Amino acid sequence: MALDLFQEKGTPLERQLFTWKDMVRRPYSKLDDDAFTRTRVILMNGIEADALRMKHLFARLNRELRPHLALVRRAEHHQQTMVNWLNPPDQTPLETTLGFEQLAIEATASVAIHEPDPYLAQTYRFGMLEDFDHLYRYSALYDRLEGKDPNNLIQSYSDIRPGRPTSVEHRHPLDDVRTSYDHKTADPLSKLHAITITASEFQTHDYYMTVGPFFADPVARQLYAEIASIEEQHVTQYGSLCDPDESMLEKWLLHEAAEVYNYYSCLAYETNPHVKAVWQRFVDYELGHLHYVMELFKQMERRDPAEVLPRTLPEPLAFKEHREFVRKVLSQEVDMRSNGPDYVSRLPEDHRTRVYQAQLNSEGSPSETVAAGYQWRPGTELAAKAERMGSVLEGRRLQ
Amino acid sequence: MSKDTVADVGMNRTGIKTSPIDSKDIIQEAQRAIPSSPGDGQGILEVRKQYARESGDGLGHVPPPSSLKGMAKTAVDMLKGSKPTVFIDKLGERLAFERTGVRLYEGALSKLDVYGSWEGGPSRELLTKILDDELGHFALLIESMEKMGADPTAMTPSADLSAVISQGVPAAISDARTNLRQCTEALLVAELTDNASWELLIDLARGLGHDTLADRFQLALDAEAEHLLLVKGWLAAGVSTEARAPMESAPTPAP
Repeated sequence: MALDLFQEKGTPLERQLFTWKDMVRRPYSKLDDDAFTRTRVILMNGIEADALRMKHLFARLNRELRPHLALVRRAEHHQQTMVNWLNPPDQTPLETTLGFEQLAIEATASVAIHEPDPYLAQTYRFGMLEDFDHLYRYSALYDRLEGKDPNNLIQSYSDIRPGRPTSVEHRHPLDDVRTSYDHKTADPLSKLHAITITASEFQTHDYYMTVGPFFADPVARQLYAEIASIEEQHVTQYGSLCDPDESMLEKWLLHEAAEVYNYYSCLAYETNPHVKAVWQRFVDYELGHLHYVMELFKQMERRDPAEVLPRTLPEPLAFKEHREFVRKVLSQEVDMRSNGPDYVSRLPEDHRTRVYQAQLNSEGSPSETVAAGYQWRPGTELAAKAERMGSVLEGRRLQ
Repeated sequence: MSKDTVADVGMNRTGIKTSPIDSKDIIQEAQRAIPSSPGDGQGILEVRKQYARESGDGLGHVPPPSSLKGMAKTAVDMLKGSKPTVFIDKLGERLAFERTGVRLYEGALSKLDVYGSWEGGPSRELLTKILDDELGHFALLIESMEKMGADPTAMTPSADLSAVISQGVPAAISDARTNLRQCTEALLVAELTDNASWELLIDLARGLGHDTLADRFQLALDAEAEHLLLVKGWLAAGVSTEARAPMESAPTPAP
């Protein structure tokens, strides 16, 4: 039965308590757990990071809201800690990166399929093809740098092949700003989608900006720099879908609803019982936050939260493979470009985006270098090479 | 311009003697302050023990056999009182290590292109031969795992752990600032591990009655023993060459 946002009050803020031991618990298994458990942990860390980010910005701009923002934000900080610390220590930054891109593909595909507004759906499909390409580039890096198989992490759910090539994703900033939904008329689901995907991409950007310099290999350092730049574009793109005319409290209310929605979606799909318990607990915490903000909304804006929120939550975000959908979009929309907020089939030669792109790529393209001639195959591309070596009966190749 | 010597004198700020006045002051201040709680480093180990007791299934499991033949073989081995998954786990570990080894020698070859070698140092031919050996061993392990009915593409817990242990090796080789001599230090770590691990794998294979496999693994170990001798020799020659070089010499890389 769909969760009723008005009936379910969740855990009151004052009962949302943590200890360090509680926050730092047993991580999921990189080897045994389902790839979607990893993507859920990555998503919810991103959602909580965005909850903090938004609240800090609001606190800079609004004196009256500050104490309320501080109270809810502290709980969310500790929620983020518990979620992010579920990542296991044997999972390297590059392995986690594969999880980030897999999440971006599958979550954005689910959103694109369920998005009621055609322009917004187009935007999600447009961005998805780019993250799809990132998965391929990082897979090549993982294979070629460390000799490891990216499918150990991806678990055959997502395709590992080129999408819209990263080298042509670089756009002039003005070609990343989209037209927002209208908060007065948009479907609440459209608002939840925009918040979710913006948050997820923002965290992806911040993660690449943090781990990029830890890599030793110069192409790896360049590739993280290059893809982080696309993630910045994606945050520009998805962030501009949200209506700037929503009031702060309206945005806050919607963000809390998006947090409930995402934890609720994780709960619906989770297969690891330890992780599932965290999702259940945090659905209840977020309902507590939502009701706290509903009261503020009534008191401070004299408005009814029902004007903004859906009565019940929509169908959960689908944590499953979307290969058929992705392949279809790829075949139909890979050559699509953007001109300002509009999607077009091609850009003129002297277009600002082409000039911008040519400048950035003028000393070489990391994403092209890393994946030159790369076709993923089980066991890495070295498995093909080993096979071509012929007989290995002696256990070594004798000269 | 890159340098192929590593131990020249220059401005290194890490030691206490870099700042004689400030260091005296901070040492006094550190001694003056009282710790906020009594005890010593043991507390960290106590928490580590607590978490270890609650760590559940560890890193993960060995996947079940991927073929009917493998399942039958596993059942027979289990009836004989042995745990075949230990062998599969270790085969997976060696497979992953040899495969990564190929990438390490590719990296070493790219350093050779930039820095050239030294007297008693590695040649292109020998580095390429070792690379091919690693690839051949990888192929041998794919074949062995398939014969056991195991999936050679799976990352087994030992393969995962071994990658965690040796994480620094590819990083040292791919760092643009390390030269070929420094890379041989990383290769030495890999080859030492490789030798000991093949020895262990051979013992395990013999213990489980896989004598044919053990004989083939012995050939791989023979090759690895050669690699180890070569790498040790290159490193020793490289270090002594640098120790004999005049101070501040900084030959430029080969064009």
